Amino acid sequence: MSETLYPVTLEVNGVLHTARVPARLSLVDCLRDELRLTGTHIGCEHGICGACSVMLDGEPVRSCLMFAVQADGHKVTTVEGLTNADGTPGILQDSFCEKHALQCGYCTSGMLIAAHALLQTVKRPTDEQIREAIGGNLCRCTGYQQIVDAVKHAAARLGEKGR
Amino acid sequence: MSNVIDPQTFRYIGKKRRTKEDPRFVTGHGRYVADIALAGVKHVALVASPHPSARIVSIKTEAALALRGVHYVLTGEEFCAETDALAIGVDAPNVARYSLAKDVVRYAGEWVAAVVADTRAIAEDAVELIEVEYEPTPHVIDPEKAVKDGGPLVHPAHGSNVILQKHFTWGPVEDAFARAKHKLSLRVIWGRSSTVPIETFGVAAQWDAGQQILDIWASIQMPKFPDQAARSLRLPGNAVRVHFDVDVGGSYGVKRGIKHTVLVGYLAKRLGFPVRLIEDRLENMRGGDMHGPDRIFDMQVAFDDDGTLRGLKIHALDDVGAYAGRSPFQLGKPVTAICGPYRIAAIEYVPTAVLTNKTPEEAVRGFGQAPTNFAIERTIDCVARHLKMDPIEVRRRNLIRKEEFPYLIPSGSTYDSGDYHAVLDKALAAIDYPALLKQRDDARRAGKLAGIGISTCLEPNGGNSGFEPLLNPKNDSTTWMDSCVVRVDLSGAITGVMGTSSSGQGHETLVSTVIGEVLEREPADIRVVRADSLQALPSNSPVGSRMAIMLGGAAAGAARKIKDTLIEIAAHNLKCTIESVEYRDGNASVRGHPDQRMTWDELIAIAHRKIHQMPPGIEPGLQAKFVFEVPTGGKLPAADNTVQIYPCYSFEAHVVYVEIDADTAAPTLRKYVCGHDCGVMITPDIVHGMTYGGIAHGIGAALYEKFSYTADGQLESGTFMDYLLPSAMEVPTITIVDHCTPSPLTTFGQKGSGEAGYLGAPAAIANAINDALAPINARIDTLPITHDALWRAMQNTKAP
Amino acid sequence: MKAASFDYVRAASVAEACEMLRQDGDDVKLIAGGQSLMPMMAMRLTRPFRLIDIDQIGALKFIAFGENVARTGACTRQSAIARDEALAAHVPLLRKALAWVGHVQTRNRGTVGGSLAHADPAAELPLVARVLDAQIVARSDKGTRTLPAAGFFVGPLTTALAAHECLEEIHWPMWSGRRTGSAFTEVSRRHGDFAIVEACAQIVLDDDGRCTRASFGLGGGGTAPLAFPALAARLNGSMLEDAVLQSVAHDAANELDPGGDLHASAGYRKHLAAVLAIRVLRAAYDEARSKP
Repeated sequence: MSETLYPVTLEVNGVLHTARVPARLSLVDCLRDELRLTGTHIGCEHGICGACSVMLDGEPVRSCLMFAVQADGHKVTTVEGLTNADGTPGILQDSFCEKHALQCGYCTSGMLIAAHALLQTVKRPTDEQIREAIGGNLCRCTGYQQIVDAVKHAAARLGEKGR
Repeated sequence: MSNVIDPQTFRYIGKKRRTKEDPRFVTGHGRYVADIALAGVKHVALVASPHPSARIVSIKTEAALALRGVHYVLTGEEFCAETDALAIGVDAPNVARYSLAKDVVRYAGEWVAAVVADTRAIAEDAVELIEVEYEPTPHVIDPEKAVKDGGPLVHPAHGSNVILQKHFTWGPVEDAFARAKHKLSLRVIWGRSSTVPIETFGVAAQWDAGQQILDIWASIQMPKFPDQAARSLRLPGNAVRVHFDVDVGGSYGVKRGIKHTVLVGYLAKRLGFPVRLIEDRLENMRGGDMHGPDRIFDMQVAFDDDGTLRGLKIHALDDVGAYAGRSPFQLGKPVTAICGPYRIAAIEYVPTAVLTNKTPEEAVRGFGQAPTNFAIERTIDCVARHLKMDPIEVRRRNLIRKEEFPYLIPSGSTYDSGDYHAVLDKALAAIDYPALLKQRDDARRAGKLAGIGISTCLEPNGGNSGFEPLLNPKNDSTTWMDSCVVRVDLSGAITGVMGTSSSGQGHETLVSTVIGEVLEREPADIRVVRADSLQALPSNSPVGSRMAIMLGGAAAGAARKIKDTLIEIAAHNLKCTIESVEYRDGNASVRGHPDQRMTWDELIAIAHRKIHQMPPGIEPGLQAKFVFEVPTGGKLPAADNTVQIYPCYSFEAHVVYVEIDADTAAPTLRKYVCGHDCGVMITPDIVHGMTYGGIAHGIGAALYEKFSYTADGQLESGTFMDYLLPSAMEVPTITIVDHCTPSPLTTFGQKGSGEAGYLGAPAAIANAINDALAPINARIDTLPITHDALWRAMQNTKAP
Repeated sequence: MKAASFDYVRAASVAEACEMLRQDGDDVKLIAGGQSLMPMMAMRLTRPFRLIDIDQIGALKFIAFGENVARTGACTRQSAIARDEALAAHVPLLRKALAWVGHVQTRNRGTVGGSLAHADPAAELPLVARVLDAQIVARSDKGTRTLPAAGFFVGPLTTALAAHECLEEIHWPMWSGRRTGSAFTEVSRRHGDFAIVEACAQIVLDDDGRCTRASFGLGGGGTAPLAFPALAARLNGSMLEDAVLQSVAHDAANELDPGGDLHASAGYRKHLAAVLAIRVLRAAYDEARSKP
């Protein structure tokens, strides 16, 4: 007997998707395997590492801790949705490149989501605020230093642009 | 090689440059093994042993096979008959290791059966339906019990649990100890931790029956990976094609998933469709065989009244777990820096690797150097405390001086270059040491426990495999090369080809910068691609902080050949001697006659299209390969067990300030400075990044991380809820101050630097905490230093 | 770590959820934020045959104020509670406790009701509920009942909720008293981790700085969060002088019977309990004193 499939409608990065998925399919697996948006990553599947972070209705969440069916009717933004309309890196992403805020890149999508969320509400965050905002995103490559530098850099640049 | 390298003369090397690799990752376009979609791929999940030691009585697979979507269940019975055992580096042929257990299990978490199904979820459903009957047998968890006779044997056929033991003596050790005014003994313990990358290990394989090739994509960082996969699968080397253009989500040594690969390769070939295994975190922590050193050091040191070190005895017992691959060699690598950065003439080293019923160890960042540095640095601080001397002064007295380089240490390695005193001074200045002392003393007066910790440590890099024959004379490996191909195409664009995977070290940036430096062409326009294992020139993968030296050296060598060819073409066409050709930015002219010149485009056109204008004997096209062997390598150990293992030695001086809440015992790292000298840095941002990351790893090992076992042999910390990785809230702001003593042995004076930070951080943090505890006469020499351990140490104080 | 299969239904209302609970027996679970449930399902430690999703029930998401009580719907997000300025003014312990709860991502999904119903012994919101004597409203197909926090947390991961009950809302008493101070603190291995030991306190002072009302509690011992009304009463009339503070804190710590685990021994937890009780009472006192 095969698993029951449930209809799911998700708006991901501004595009409406529909799928029929098992109830037990996590949101991260749905994004990666059904929608082929592989920029979001899996690190632990129990809600600690943050590599799976996405925006849900404008706020950062762990997509490994949601079933896709729970996200039905909601809006999701993944790292792919942080780029400009023409596919070029946005200011935050570009600041990560400028400050070399990544090495292996695996935690990076989650970090960008967490930083993006912070910069939506705090325009000139302190080091402490940045560290708190990314406190739920683990990195084993960078020691976080250049990530903090990149977020500050992005905040300054966004400030200049009046955003 | 040039002895005098002035970093100021470089055009691209050492300059601020964006890492080529970063843009694809920040836009979500990395290509990790789990991202690769293979048509028709099936998924593997593992049945793991719940027992640390047991006989497998029976395995019932019918219910699992009956589940819709399940294709196959593989047990050790079939697997071990059809494949060859995985390679083991030390001389222990009766310690056989396969991907699946056969007849017995030797650790809780060992893989007993593999299920192949349409989805990972179904495979996990099927795993639950497999009934394994076990008969538990006695197990051993404590390494000190395991070394003794009379207890349970992990591999009875081996006759004991000791898989390696050596006794090295370099210099007049007993004499030094007899004569010295003072002697101290101490025990320090490095807890079982590892680098635990955020991406688990994954591998996908596909057998092409028509071409008889097994394609492999893996999250891999492993020397001789294609070779070992082929051997165990009983395939010729040219029937295995490893794709090195898979992004690896962090490794820091451990991603040697040879057991996963042989398993998946076998299934792919057997079943005729692509198969993949992406470890979940539970499988990874318990069954991925990627634990790190778990080491008890018994140290003895002999020294004079003024703190001069006369002799050192290091007894190291490492618990490698239930099987061994290369992990026992992590006791051998430290031989190359066995006296640390100090002038010590007499050293005894007794390393022992012991088997227990735990998850096996794998090569971890530094390959044993971090625990060894920790042991040596704690010893230095204990010497200082004993003599009531400043630990900085003891170090200054004993650190090898700048004018003594190149410096031969008793175990046979020559340290290439260094200025340890300068780096230490820079670090102390950067943290404003006098002010820091005052800050510490003020904090103490206010009732806090506060301490400053120093460590001065070496990072040997570039390695040959000298520890292999040293620890196993039957293993006479001495070659440890790396390679690069450089080609300039018809359009004049430059491409570099490397033959191994990367896990965030920025190798594409490294190679393009080096090629650009030699050819005087813009690195941003130079593309770097990765050959697969059938096309690649030999590589030994990014281990031992070797790539800046080895891949950098190979890229420079190949680029140099291209440049020489361009000069020859120019000389031939400008009708002058080679010596009078002036090469600048890829263009060539006659020295003193700038009007007589040829452009890059003209030279390229001749090379590719105009053989009538080519000098005789030069092959057409414009491409060169370079296979670079390790400088100073190529020799077996001498009869007295002396050998040069690593050519280059980077140096780090950490200064850490910690405060401990006197009531809650909670430690906080308040200030962190690291002085670092890795010779010429090719891309500073990349080097700094890895150093920050290494320090964070070190903070984890020092304060948070442990693979903790119960007496029943169960791993208690098998999830991220209990194995604690430091977040941005646990890692302080870190300041790195750079120094540069170029290596005389390398192309640009560069030394390696992938392991920096991790090699000195745990030592400095442990020293800082012990400095904080000193006023209450407490001490702690076991890592990780948890809140609870601190509290207990604070309770057990002797009266001052 | 893929969960075992399950059926999924959404309840449109609490009444419907209760009806589903009644029908489906013991192998069903409610899911709202899922931050505690999903890891357990991923590790197959729990395998309900059906999940009833109540997360989209609007009637369960609210923050409202009565005369002496603030009411939060069970499915109100922890992040919404932390952000609410009126709650911060009237029930300050909620925002203070939430600063210690997990990370931003988990607070954006986790609900206040979920935290109480899950009853992890090291969780922060259950401790606040105990210290403030919160009332927990639960509904079943048989009707509604109100459970005091004091009897609600029975043991680790165990509450007084019956199998067919759904937590509907929580009533948080608002303390009147011009000079009210509160504090929450904990010691954990890393920022955001479950507490090794946690403590919280709320105090009211008169114009002379004497305590007229106090409540404090301790958690993280491995059983259930504890409040100490009798010990707190000993603080009334005092200015939290050292002697009375030490004796109250140590008596409270002695009532705790913490277990040990790989993160902290029982001895360390007991030690911390006394230390944190003193700290949190002092901090609450200092805050109250700072008010005019």
